[in-house]
Amino acid sequence: MCRSILAAIILALASPLPAFQIQEETVFEVDKKAGALRIISTADIDLFAPIIKSFQVQNPMIEVHYIGVTSTEIMTAITQENEAFDVVISSAMDLQIKLANDGYAAPHFSAASDRVPGWGKWRDSVFAFTQEHAAIVLSLDAFQGLDLPKTRQALITILRENPDRFRNRVGTYDIRESGLGYLFATQDARTSEVFWRLSEVFGQVGTQLYCCSSEMIDDVSAGDIAVAYNVLGSYATARADIADKIHIIQPEDFTTLMMRSALLPVNAPNTEGAGLFMDHLLTLAWSAPRSADFPFPNGTTDETANSAKLRPIRMGPGLLVFLDRFKRDQFLNAWEATILQN
Amino acid sequence: MTSPASLRRRLATQLIGSAAILAAVLILLFLSFSRQIAQNSQDNILLASATSILENISVRNDEIVVDIPYSAFSMLGSVSNDRVFYRIDNDDELLTGYSDLPRPDIQAATNAFATRSYLDADIRTVSALKVIAVNQRIETVIVTIAQTQEGLTDQLNALFKQALGIGVGFFIISSILAIIAVNRVFRPLQDLATSVSGRGPNDLEPFNTAVPDEMVPLVHALNSFTGRLDRSLSRSEDFITEAAHRVRTPLATVRTQAEVFLRRVRQDNNRTTLKDMIRAIDESSRAAGQLIDQAMVNLRTDVLDRKEVNLGECIVDAVQRLQPIASLRDIDLKLAPMDVHFAHIDPILIQNAITNIVDNAIKYSPPETEISVQIISESDKIIIRILDQGPGFCQDDPRTLLGRFVRGQSSTDKIGSGLGLTIANDVFIAHGGGLRLYNRQEGTGACVEAFLPR
Amino acid sequence: MRFLLVEDNEKLAQAIQDRMELDGHVIDHAATLNSAEEFILSAQYDLVLLDIMLPDGDGRSFLSFLRKSQKDTPVIAVTARSQVSDRVGILDLGADDYISKPFDFSELEARCRAVLRRRNGAASNTQKIGTIEFNRLAGTVSLNGVDTALRNKELRLFEILADHPNIIFSKSKLVDRLFSYDEDVSENAIEVYIGRLRKHLSGSNVVITTIRGMGYRLSVE
Repeated sequence: MCRSILAAIILALASPLPAFQIQEETVFEVDKKAGALRIISTADIDLFAPIIKSFQVQNPMIEVHYIGVTSTEIMTAITQENEAFDVVISSAMDLQIKLANDGYAAPHFSAASDRVPGWGKWRDSVFAFTQEHAAIVLSLDAFQGLDLPKTRQALITILRENPDRFRNRVGTYDIRESGLGYLFATQDARTSEVFWRLSEVFGQVGTQLYCCSSEMIDDVSAGDIAVAYNVLGSYATARADIADKIHIIQPEDFTTLMMRSALLPVNAPNTEGAGLFMDHLLTLAWSAPRSADFPFPNGTTDETANSAKLRPIRMGPGLLVFLDRFKRDQFLNAWEATILQN
Repeated sequence: MTSPASLRRRLATQLIGSAAILAAVLILLFLSFSRQIAQNSQDNILLASATSILENISVRNDEIVVDIPYSAFSMLGSVSNDRVFYRIDNDDELLTGYSDLPRPDIQAATNAFATRSYLDADIRTVSALKVIAVNQRIETVIVTIAQTQEGLTDQLNALFKQALGIGVGFFIISSILAIIAVNRVFRPLQDLATSVSGRGPNDLEPFNTAVPDEMVPLVHALNSFTGRLDRSLSRSEDFITEAAHRVRTPLATVRTQAEVFLRRVRQDNNRTTLKDMIRAIDESSRAAGQLIDQAMVNLRTDVLDRKEVNLGECIVDAVQRLQPIASLRDIDLKLAPMDVHFAHIDPILIQNAITNIVDNAIKYSPPETEISVQIISESDKIIIRILDQGPGFCQDDPRTLLGRFVRGQSSTDKIGSGLGLTIANDVFIAHGGGLRLYNRQEGTGACVEAFLPR
Repeated sequence: MRFLLVEDNEKLAQAIQDRMELDGHVIDHAATLNSAEEFILSAQYDLVLLDIMLPDGDGRSFLSFLRKSQKDTPVIAVTARSQVSDRVGILDLGADDYISKPFDFSELEARCRAVLRRRNGAASNTQKIGTIEFNRLAGTVSLNGVDTALRNKELRLFEILADHPNIIFSKSKLVDRLFSYDEDVSENAIEVYIGRLRKHLSGSNVVITTIRGMGYRLSVE
């Protein structure tokens, strides 16, 4: 017994996250360079570029390196490889909280940070700058002749009643790879038992697993899959080109609300630039009306208005629970057992 | 406490000092009490967290499985934004969590608390244990939950500010009350002091003011003292009066007898002797008179019995009384017209001083001359000027005449003690003024100027 | 003049009586307040000499007694006390003047004269000497209705001579009576005053004769 536990521990320590690799690095150059800012982020570069450009209008001497990675790679880069970044932007709230909890984030105080309401920041280290829905995106084509579901239960019913039409045409995050997917899944499981029933149905019809929201949306619009579950609503809404092919649902039983957040690592080389960028980001995020430079749902827009169906993910140590090794193993085991039935 | 400073200040200082000490003690008690409460509540929530984890430890397939409930950590986050650390061990083997997190010593007890340092922060840790059977073996699982103490510190800081506010408020209010109380306690004393200082110089009646019991001995002592002072003063006045009477009456007898005798004696040498005798009697009686006058003046100058009087009338009155003496030597006493000058003076002393100056002038003036008395009003003082047509002062510095028993060089044949001008000078100095002596510029004669401040 | 002397010291009282009788005054002596009150009620006095300290009471009560019995006899207080303490009380209670012990008799006379002049006015008291009208209090001699004011010494000299007409006064006697003891004057000074007085009297039938080696004498021709 003891030996097997020990083996498990060694396994856990030896095989954790894949080594950090830069997926893509975009450099926003300036004419006269007086400093550089390295931003590591999970957000798509296309979405984030306007924010960086408007930042450079105000600070024309700062060259910005934008490094796009997954949320787990951020953890690896910061906690294990000690890579130096100035700003960390992630949609994985639990990992951001863990970074701050374990002492990797520096507190930041400014007029801009004061704009952020108490529920939008933690320990003055992690600052939310969006509030985004976890949405269900449907292919209008695939649902022809069917009532469009408004709740998870309705989706379960439709999937059960039409197993052939949806066979292997359901997509969701591979929560083993995607930090955001894991966050959405754990929060769903925490909120309602319906998550497991839905997973059960997903497993029965056969589910495609994705790394990212954008790919799922692409596949829905292409007709490859009919249902994409727990997609970032903001990404789908942003896709005006495919608006007539897809249908975005904010489930009425409950809609998880995620906050994208930024933090400044304690070992940031360019603290001053990092502070300036953070202030710029927070000012855009928390002022009304929404600036054209800000591509995300604004923190102050009506979309975030309090409503019974909205379940915002609260920042706090509770998020650490599902990062626990046991907890994660158990959750992934259960998830695999339901989703990967065949 | 070495110097007997103000009683009121001493009492106030002691009361305020006690208030300060009480306030400090209050703050410290409040702080230690609230620290304990705050620490207790943090401990309770940490223990609740640890217990909820313990309750979710199970054995599956002969392995220990820990299913941390979401609330175990979220309950910690609901109270403060403090960082949370944990570790779960099977005896000394880490199952999950932060491997370097320090653990409190936990032996037989089911839980233990400790304050440690971790990741550059102060943390409060709790360990709780559970014994479970795994594959027929007894295993001990220890759950350790830790939380930083920033929330607690913030809470204590806020409490400290509050406590400080309460303490300072308490201190200020008690100080004000102390000052009010002290003032109230000392009011009878002040009233007594006011009634003592408000009294006239000759009012030595006992005090009958109602005073608190504690002050009764003081008032008694004061009354007995004023009584003794009164008796002593009247005794010394009586003594002076009695002495004067005793000395002067026999002198008067002898002098009168000598005068009678002189009328009857023909022989020149006997007449000379008799005249010398009369002169000696006059001199000694005058000296005695002036000494007594000076004693009385000294008694009175300590506390002047000032009244608002018409200075002109006062001087005219004094000078007119000397008219018969002046007329004996055919000396004209000329009083310049006196304007009405009201002054705040002791009239008896001023009249006595003027009498002494004019009497002195009469003594040194040749017969059939003139002495004039004027009052001159200046912006800051009133001058009383007495001019004669005598030989004037022979001293280089006439001011020496103001000394006691100093007599002018011209006065060897005159009867006098040399105290007249001294007495006058004393009186005017006691009034804030003085005497100025000089010889007249035009013609001969002396000039005495006495001045009073306005 | 008629005086009432209120004085408890017998020796002093006797001496004063002797001294004043030399000048031709009449003196009654009371040793206590009681007898003083009896005296004042039974006879008319020109002036009272009142000692302030008496065995049976304070001289001040005598003053109030006088005022109560509506006697307007002038009073000169005789005091052995300090001027400073006594002065006000004595004058306030109605004494006309006061004099301190021991006193020069010429000062006493001068004060008496001043008091009487103040109280009676000058007019009432004239005396005819030959063709001259003499007013002691006013200090004037008038001849045919024309007043001549005499200086004090001249007046005193005239008084002495006129009170005893035809009597020869030696220079030394006149010096004794005219000058106080602290004035060292030669007998020749008298001649000056005699000369002045003769000038005032010229035109009248009153003459002052010089008796060589003897003195002076006033007579009416």
